[in-house]
Amino acid sequence: MKIDPIHQFNIEPLFTIGQIGNHTIAFTNSSLYMLVAVAIISLLMLASGTQLVPGRLQSVAEISYEFVASTIRSTAGSEGMKFFPLIFSLFMFICVSNLVGIIPYTFTISSHLIVTAALALLVFFTVLIYGVAKNGLKFFSIFVPHGVPVYILPLVMFIEILSFFLRPVSHSVRLFANMLAGHIALKVFAGFVAMLGFSLGALGWVGGVLPLALTVALYALEILVAFLQAYVFAILTCIYLNDAIHPGH
Amino acid sequence: MAESHGGAKGPAAGAHTEAEGGHGGGFPPFESSTYASQLVSLAIFFVVLYVIVSKLALPKVGGAIEARQNKIEGDLTEAQTLRDQSDAALKAYEGELASARSRAQAIGNESRDKANAQADAERKILEEQLAAKLAGAEKTIAATRATAMSNVRGIAADAAGQIVQQLTGVVPDAASVSAAVDASLKG
Repeated sequence: MKIDPIHQFNIEPLFTIGQIGNHTIAFTNSSLYMLVAVAIISLLMLASGTQLVPGRLQSVAEISYEFVASTIRSTAGSEGMKFFPLIFSLFMFICVSNLVGIIPYTFTISSHLIVTAALALLVFFTVLIYGVAKNGLKFFSIFVPHGVPVYILPLVMFIEILSFFLRPVSHSVRLFANMLAGHIALKVFAGFVAMLGFSLGALGWVGGVLPLALTVALYALEILVAFLQAYVFAILTCIYLNDAIHPGH
Repeated sequence: MAESHGGAKGPAAGAHTEAEGGHGGGFPPFESSTYASQLVSLAIFFVVLYVIVSKLALPKVGGAIEARQNKIEGDLTEAQTLRDQSDAALKAYEGELASARSRAQAIGNESRDKANAQADAERKILEEQLAAKLAGAEKTIAATRATAMSNVRGIAADAAGQIVQQLTGVVPDAASVSAAVDASLKG
């Protein structure tokens, strides 16, 4: 019994859609789970009623709405509500796909750096373009913190600029690494159970209780992480957008 | 497992399959041959999601929340109005009650005063009548007494004259008898 914790991240083409340059564009398992995530979000938000006293599904939809809305208001102010659809889409897309991905035998979209990087760059360019369009050159005042002595200002500015351009990196790697590491750890611990059982027989199955318990605990943690990373991604997006909306701070 | 996703990827398939063979060099998240497919599907599905969210989902859910908020606010306003009305009605009732009570008191006082006055008047008349009767009676008594007293004197004078005549055999002088009677009546 060979543990293969990486296999779950394989991209497997289901059928070919077309060709761009010399890249074949395929509908992959990743695409399928993106479709699933979009379908679940649409179903949740659209199929739930608009009753005065909400039912369960409607409550979930409204809680999601209020949750994202209050996150934006508390971090980026009421002006940030301009980006409500974007942040809501990001949060729900990541949260739902992470939660779907935690189900055994499924695929986790955000375990691929290219996907999280694309989303982080979307946020980065949204901040940059909106910030410059709204504030003009004043936007770049975010690189010049107030109250810093002149003689270390160049250094501080250098660090600020560097950190600004490294934002998409940390933004995307955080989500990617969390999902990847969590899924690998789960797979490894779950694999131990089977490996012990098949190699040591009855004693192995008894010994397998420990990794099984760890797997259960990790699974619970991973459910938390799946939600938490979506929230972290969303709240960082809000904080970055706040720079674009209020560059003075 | 290497065979399960073989040739479908055209030019990229070679590298992909080879990487699958050992997993050592081919860590799936870093297989650049899959990037284009992932980016295209991400772009398509994220745009679809964004359109659904911004055009349909958020207006719908936001509308439901707002409708509920409005309904609650409307109900609260209505409840406030109704409470104000009931407060006003209660105040009016209390005012009415107070004025009725004071009116009743006034009527009571008035009728009591009237009754008292009437009773006083009647008593006075009765007292006057009684006083008059008393005075009449006293007069009669005095007259009767005076008459009786004068009769007593005559009887005493007669009796004294008779007694003297019996004792002495002399008829006494009437004037001296009456003087003696008067003197003894006084004594």
